[in-house]
Amino acid sequence: MNSFPILSLMLAVPLIGATACLFANAPRARQIALAATLVDFVLGLVLWSHYEVGGPQWQFMERASIFAGFQWALGIDGIALVLIMLSVFLMPICIGASWRAIETRVPEYMAAFLLMETLMIGVFTAQDLFLFYIFFEAGLIPMYLIIGIWGGKDRIYASYKFFLYTLLGSLLMLIAMLWMANAARSTDIPTLMAYNFPVQAQTWLWLAFFASFAVKMPMWPVHTWLPDAHVQAPTAGSVILAGVLLKMGGYGFIRFSLPMFPEGSAQFAPLIMALSMVAVVYTSLVALVQHDMKKLIAYSSVAHMAIVTIGLFAFNRQGLEGSVIVMLSHGLVSGALFLCVGVIYDRLHTREIDRYGGLSINMPHYALLFMLFTMASVGLPGTSGFVGEFLSLIGIYQMSSWVTLICTTGIILGAAYMLYLYARVAFGVQKNADAAAMPDLSARELALLVPIALAVLWMGVYPESFIAPIRADIAHLEARLAQAKPAGDARLTAPRPAPEATIGGPR
Amino acid sequence: MHSIEFIVFLPLLAAIIGGLGNKALGNVSVKLMTTGALFVAAILSWATFLPFLAGTAIPSVTPVLHWVRSGDLAFDWELRVDALTAVMLVVVTSVSSLVHLYSWGYMDEDPDQPRFFAYLSLFTFAMLMLVTANNLVQMFFGWEGVGLASYLLIGFWFRKPSACAAAIKAFVVNRVGDLGFMLGIFGTWLVFGTVSIPDILAAAPHMAGSTIGFLGHRFDTMTVLCILLFIGAMGKSAQLGLHTWLPDAMEGPTPVSALIHAATMVTAGVFMVCRLSPMFQTSPAAMHFVTFIGAATCFFAATVGTCQWDIKRVIAYSTCSQLGYMFFAAGVGAFDAAMFHLFTHAFFKALLFLGAGSVIHAMHHEQDMRFYGGLRKHIPLTFWVMMAGTLAITGVGIADIGGFAGFYSKDAIIEAAYAKGTLLGHMASFTGIFAALLTSFYSWRLVFLTFYGKPRWNQSEHIQHAMHDAHGHGAHAHDDHAHGHDHVHDDGTAGYHPHESPLTMLIPLVLLAVGAVFAGAVFHTQFVGADAGASFWKGSIAFSRELVEAAEGIPLWVKWAPFTVMLTGAAIAWYAYLRNPKFPALFVEQFGILHRFLYNKWYFDELYDAIFVRPAFWLGRLFWQQGDIGIIDRFGPNGAAWVVEQGAIGVRRFQSGYLTSYALVMLLGLVAAVSWAMVGQ
Repeated sequence: MNSFPILSLMLAVPLIGATACLFANAPRARQIALAATLVDFVLGLVLWSHYEVGGPQWQFMERASIFAGFQWALGIDGIALVLIMLSVFLMPICIGASWRAIETRVPEYMAAFLLMETLMIGVFTAQDLFLFYIFFEAGLIPMYLIIGIWGGKDRIYASYKFFLYTLLGSLLMLIAMLWMANAARSTDIPTLMAYNFPVQAQTWLWLAFFASFAVKMPMWPVHTWLPDAHVQAPTAGSVILAGVLLKMGGYGFIRFSLPMFPEGSAQFAPLIMALSMVAVVYTSLVALVQHDMKKLIAYSSVAHMAIVTIGLFAFNRQGLEGSVIVMLSHGLVSGALFLCVGVIYDRLHTREIDRYGGLSINMPHYALLFMLFTMASVGLPGTSGFVGEFLSLIGIYQMSSWVTLICTTGIILGAAYMLYLYARVAFGVQKNADAAAMPDLSARELALLVPIALAVLWMGVYPESFIAPIRADIAHLEARLAQAKPAGDARLTAPRPAPEATIGGPR
Repeated sequence: MHSIEFIVFLPLLAAIIGGLGNKALGNVSVKLMTTGALFVAAILSWATFLPFLAGTAIPSVTPVLHWVRSGDLAFDWELRVDALTAVMLVVVTSVSSLVHLYSWGYMDEDPDQPRFFAYLSLFTFAMLMLVTANNLVQMFFGWEGVGLASYLLIGFWFRKPSACAAAIKAFVVNRVGDLGFMLGIFGTWLVFGTVSIPDILAAAPHMAGSTIGFLGHRFDTMTVLCILLFIGAMGKSAQLGLHTWLPDAMEGPTPVSALIHAATMVTAGVFMVCRLSPMFQTSPAAMHFVTFIGAATCFFAATVGTCQWDIKRVIAYSTCSQLGYMFFAAGVGAFDAAMFHLFTHAFFKALLFLGAGSVIHAMHHEQDMRFYGGLRKHIPLTFWVMMAGTLAITGVGIADIGGFAGFYSKDAIIEAAYAKGTLLGHMASFTGIFAALLTSFYSWRLVFLTFYGKPRWNQSEHIQHAMHDAHGHGAHAHDDHAHGHDHVHDDGTAGYHPHESPLTMLIPLVLLAVGAVFAGAVFHTQFVGADAGASFWKGSIAFSRELVEAAEGIPLWVKWAPFTVMLTGAAIAWYAYLRNPKFPALFVEQFGILHRFLYNKWYFDELYDAIFVRPAFWLGRLFWQQGDIGIIDRFGPNGAAWVVEQGAIGVRRFQSGYLTSYALVMLLGLVAAVSWAMVGQ
């Protein structure tokens, strides 16, 4: 199987679909887009089933020289695998969510989405520094177009803000990449991940990459593009923005900052902690006072992403694995929450929370699914939200109890803003006749939300399916980071006691 | 399949099928399925419990599924059964099955019955996962699961704004406790390298005396861990400081209050402390903290309970106070007494709540005791079971002869606290005795206001509505003004005659009454006898034989004090509410400040609103408007745009198109270049 270029195929299918869409009419474009994304999802399942857990670190490698030393180098490890799975899982759902909501320029819209799928998968599969850069930056363009053309009232401001923020970081990253390629005499990412850059240089390189990833993440205080982008983007745009694009920041930290600059990472860990702590408290409080549903969920995303960053910079197994799980979980849950907003936006064409109320009465299925995703966002054990959050926080506790305490307040504030939102939308009396007359979920909408719900529960009850592929890669990363790992603040005065045989037995 | 798997997963299955099937399946089939599942679970639970009581059962752990493996951190879905779990299994499934049955009658007219029964079963499942947990994380799963069910059930009547608010409050306040619980789990894993409860308990004594860095200071390791975990228990069990959600939780339907907010969920904190008792014992400071919080809550809640008019709120504060008893029992090391009180309390408190529900049902959802009176003639069976519950909670009984359930367990707690011999133990014991006085007072006050005296419900809006609906418009002369007096009936009934509840409600009441009367007498030797540690608990909780024996030898006046104060409290209530009904008003007039303070629950809600809720919203708006928009956007992207724009305007000016100005600039440039070249030389 490894000789078959499945990764290239996964990149090609949406691209071909995109081209075909441009030459089709609206109904045909929808069908082509759905077919292409479903084919890619099936290819993703094939990829997952053939991925050898515990096998070589890099699998499905493809190498081809294109020109002037520029490499078409693809390959994935477990971390890339799970993120690719997330992308190909969400894509058909996005197409389904746009089925009726998008009426203008449908072929172009579908083409933009398919192009974006290619670029996203490209980001996670690229093994060449500049190939990665192209995918990473080009991913901005379709998103920019989706917001700018099919967005809401202030779409121009939002798309410009989105572009400005992300571009600024990218330029610094490009300069750093040029320097690295020159210093290490290689643009091969696995090679660079094992290369020891001078500690002095790591500081600057780390900062340059940080500028890009912090914006993508987004971390406080460069997060303000996200609420605007989400509010203006069409539903499917928000889903893919929250579901996959935000994961590129975290992926960047895992793939570049941490393994390539361990000392630099250790040096700046306090900065990351500080920004994350601020983000959790600050954005959670801001989420509490929002009147716009999408803005509220967008701010909650910033708070959740802060849990990813603290987990990554905990420098230990639990923190790193937890971060990846938070990324996956957040991709599913916030994507689903944006779909939930989209469902009622399609009916009433407003995101104003106060216009709704009492939806449990006329939309019971919707209320049930919305409740499930609310609880997953809040991190209720048994849902995906808990596993990642718990692992990240238990990871950071080994470093600092203060950071843990501040970041764990997120579980209180998160419950407050999400339940307050839920109560205003689904509980209470039916204030407005038009909201009260909205029909419950259609079969199409159920088909979009139920698979996500099942995935959320699966990841909550048996996360092993998702941890197993990443275990070895996280172990590599942990070993790589061990040289720079700072000491924790607990400093126990007694040795950890050896476990004794007890009833139930030690496991 | 082991029977424990049936006990735990049958309610889950019933909840899923009933909840998703909902209207499609219809009321009766969902009710039959959930109630049936619960009765099967209850029977299996008793079958599990009785061998433990006989001392023949062997503790077991049934693995179900791997949960998380992350490096050294590993925890699974497992079902643990030992004596402690068996007690909880019996409590949870018995009360839950009876509450399911009771709800057939109580919720009969509700349009959303399948949803209600599905939630009840979901709650039972989560509670069972909690009590069968073999590791801290699964306990936390159950912990949060019951929190979710509690949230859903408090907000069951979601059209009422007060119910929504109460539901959110319950969840969020519990989350404050959960913050402590989570930090406790993190710390436990850091210290012991495991979250498996038996492993932690075995290793805990080795860590006694060590210190750990926490929030920049160094503390005793075990104290930090135990207090963090106990903060979780304080939230779930509504202890002083984190108690504010419990009275508001009474917005939920009364069967919910009986099951979740009296008999089972709120006792989860006590269960947790008992489950981890060998760990808590390694930290005297944490034990003192538990004792102090327990005793303080016991006193606080009892004082508030004396002044409330809402029948459910009185019982809610009573629950809060009784939980305080359990905690200070645990704090002095009498974990057996704490569990015994949990066990008996489950029966008599569920009975009191369901009895109150029967009263409320008869009174068309009127909950204000000022509009009751003389009900014993109308609903005699409810009256008699409420009497049984009141006799049980006030602890009626005579030393060495026998008594109702609460007599055995409450006296065991007060005696154990005294026998502990420390100052804190004595203080807790005296607090317990004083709270027993208040308990007796508010319990009898409730009975006298509700069942004795003359009917007073002609003033009740609920009853007036009911009469209004029943007789149609204009049937009564007083209908044109809401608070009008009845001209036809001047006996205070307004022509309304309450009816006894249906059989589905009465059967659970009678069964619980049997428990309230006999649970103490039947089980006290096994639970709190001197040999209980060896014959029953068998290491599932820390048992101190010395403490039990010391309690035998305490002074006679301590033994008799609860009995004396019980009579005193009853006598005061009799005087104030039957003999001389003007007395309470006189008292309020004399001690207005004290009454207002107690009536307003020591102003906790107002305080928290002022220091947490309002500032949170204020800060949120500040960060949003001033932080994000005012600073970050203004100097960030908008600022950058402004700079570019201004720059462009400036540059544009130079491109005027006039040849003269271009020549001037060129000349200036030339001069500057030449002079720089000359000076540079």
